[in-house]
Amino acid sequence: MPEINLLEAIRQGLDEMMAQDERIFIFGEDVGRRGGVFRVTEGLIDKYGSLRVLDSPLAESVIVGACIGAAMNDTRPIAEIQFADFIAPAFNQIVQEAARIHYRSNGDWSVPMVIRAPYGGGIHGALYHSQSIEAFFAHVPGLKVVAPATPYDAKGLLKSAIEDNNPVLFLEHKKTYRLIKGQVPEHDYRVPIGPAEIKRPGEDLSVFAYGLMIHYCLEAAQSLAASGVSVEVVDLRTLRPLDVPTILASSRRTGKVLIVHEDNLTGGFGGEIAALIAEHAFEHLDAPIVRLGGPDVPAMPFARSLEDAFMPNPQKIAEAMRRLAAY
Amino acid sequence: MTVSIADLVPGASESGGDLSAATLREMFRFMLLARVLDERMWLLNRAGKAPFVISCQGHEAAQVGAAFALTRGKDFTLPYYRGLATVLVMGMTPTEVMLGLFARATDPSSGGRQMPAHYSHRRLKIITQSSPVGTQIAHAAGVGLAERIRGGDAVVWTSFGEGTASQGDFHEGINLAAVQQLPVIFQCENNEYAISVPQKQQMAVTSVADRGPAYGIPGISVDGTDVLSVYEVTRRAVERARRGDGSTLIEARVVRLTAHSSDDNDRAYRSQRELKSMRLSDPLARFVAYLHDQDMLSEAEERDLRAEVAAEVDAATEAAEQAPMPDPETLYNYVYAL
Repeated sequence: MPEINLLEAIRQGLDEMMAQDERIFIFGEDVGRRGGVFRVTEGLIDKYGSLRVLDSPLAESVIVGACIGAAMNDTRPIAEIQFADFIAPAFNQIVQEAARIHYRSNGDWSVPMVIRAPYGGGIHGALYHSQSIEAFFAHVPGLKVVAPATPYDAKGLLKSAIEDNNPVLFLEHKKTYRLIKGQVPEHDYRVPIGPAEIKRPGEDLSVFAYGLMIHYCLEAAQSLAASGVSVEVVDLRTLRPLDVPTILASSRRTGKVLIVHEDNLTGGFGGEIAALIAEHAFEHLDAPIVRLGGPDVPAMPFARSLEDAFMPNPQKIAEAMRRLAAY
Repeated sequence: MTVSIADLVPGASESGGDLSAATLREMFRFMLLARVLDERMWLLNRAGKAPFVISCQGHEAAQVGAAFALTRGKDFTLPYYRGLATVLVMGMTPTEVMLGLFARATDPSSGGRQMPAHYSHRRLKIITQSSPVGTQIAHAAGVGLAERIRGGDAVVWTSFGEGTASQGDFHEGINLAAVQQLPVIFQCENNEYAISVPQKQQMAVTSVADRGPAYGIPGISVDGTDVLSVYEVTRRAVERARRGDGSTLIEARVVRLTAHSSDDNDRAYRSQRELKSMRLSDPLARFVAYLHDQDMLSEAEERDLRAEVAAEVDAATEAAEQAPMPDPETLYNYVYAL
C-alpha cells in the first residue's frame, strides 16, 4: 500500500468520485486553475473541466447557497470554504437551509452536498486562519459533521460524505494536510460516517479526540506506556451522528475519561461527550471526567509564544493523562 | 422607468398581445382564485381557525403574468411567502394550499411543519422556502448552475420583496447568476413596504431594477398590477434565459392590499388616504375592466366564474379542515435523508 499524506488522500477521493459520477462538481474560491490555496483540488480542472471545478465569486453564503440549489437539481456539489474561519457568512445557509430542507419539506426535498472546510491551528494562521468551528455545527440536527485524522479515514469518509444524501460538513485539519502520512489502499473503499475507531487500545483510561489531536494523544499515550500507564485513544471521526455506544463502552471499561479538543473549552464538543458519559456510565467511573481544550480566549494569536500557549500539545495531554491515571 | 405592455408590444394593450382570449380568461381565473382563497384564509384566521395568514392580495397580476411565461412541470420556481398565485399557476391545488393553512399531515409543502405560505412541491418543481428572506436567491442561482452542468434547458424563477433587496444573498445570488450567465429570473415584487419600513428607508434608488445593470444583467421595472405587461416582460426574460444569454432582474411594482400578515396592523404606519388610494390599483379590478372592455368576458361569464371559484374554495376548505393532523409520532421523521 502506498503511503500518502492526508491532503493527497482527499484529492484522490475527489478525483476517483468525480471520475465515476458526472453529477459531482466542486465550487469554491480558487479551486480551479490555482487548485485551491492548499492545492487539494490541484489538477482536477484539467481532468474535469472548468464547469465541474468552478471558481466561485468571493462570497461564502452563495458558495453554500448555490450548492444547496444545485443539490436540489440532481447534482452532487462539493463546496469548498477556503478557511473554516470564513464560514460564518454561510452559517444561515448551512444551518437554516441545508440542515432543515429535508425536515421542513417532510422528506420531499433533500440536500446531498459536502462542505469541505480546512480548520484548526498550529500553523501560524492567527485569529482568522486557525479556528475550530465544529461545536457550532455539531449542535444542528440535519447536518452531519465529520473530522478525520488519518489519510485512510479522510479518503474513505470523503467518499461516504459525497454519496450521503444529506449535507455533510467535512472538516480537514490544516496541520494534518502534509504532516500526517499513512497507508491508503489502491482499491475503492469507504469509511462509514458514524462509527468511531479505537486507534490505540488501553486499560487505564479512555481518551476521546478527533483530527490533529488524535496524533498528539497517540504520542502522549506512547510516552506514558514506559511508565506502565495504558491509555486507550478513541478517534471519534464523526461528531454528528456521534458513536455513543463506542464512547460508553470504552468509558465503562477503563473507568477514567479524558476528552481533548483544540476548540475552546466552554461550550465545546467535549461538554457533550462528558454529559453523555455522566448520564449513562456514571457508576462505572473511578474519577471525574476531564476535558482538555483550547483556552477561552476569542481565537488563536499569531505570535509563536502565544500560539504555543493556546494549542494543546503532546506534553500538555500527557500531563493530563498522568494526573488522571494517578487519581 | 416602469415599462408597460404598450411600450413592449405596440397594440398589445388593445389585443392582449399573442395571448388568446381563452388564455386571458384562464389568467383571470387564477388571479381570482388566488384572491378568493386569500380572502377566505383571512376569514378563517379571524374566526380563530387558522393561526397565521400572509397575503398575496395586490400581487396577483405580477405572479400570474410571470408564471404564465414559464413552462409548468419543467421550469423551477422558488416563490417567497406571498407567492400564492404563483404556486396555483404552477399546479398546486386550493386544497393543497388549505392543507398548509391548517397544518395538516398531507400538506404537500411541509406536512404541517412550516408556517403557512412556505410553499414547496417537488413534483411541481416548487422548491421549499424558509423564513429568513433572500436565501432562495442563492438557491435559484445554484439550481441554474446545476441546469448548466446537466445540460438541461429549464429556467429558474424566484421571487422576493423589495426589502429582501437589502440582504447579502440578493447581491451574492444575482452576482453569481450574472457572472455565469445562468438561466435565472429574479422577480422583485415591490409593494413599497417591508412590514412597516417604506422603500425609501430600504434603498436610495427609486427602482430595484436599477441594480440589474450594476451586475451586468438587464433590470426591468414593470407595472406589476398589469398582468399582460408582466407576462410580456417575463416571456422575454425566459427566452433570453433559455437560449443561454443569462439572467434578468425584474421589478414588478405592486400594491400590498393587506397588512403584512394577520399579526400586523398597517393602520399604524399607512395613512387612511394611502389605504384608500391603493385600492385604485387593485390588479384584479383592473384586469376585469380590461376583459370587459375587450369583450373577452361578459358580466354573466364573470358571475359564473366567481361562483365556480367560490365553490372550489368552499370545497378546498372543507376537505382540508377534515384532513388529519400530523401524528406526534412523526416528529422525528425526516431529520436525515436515507
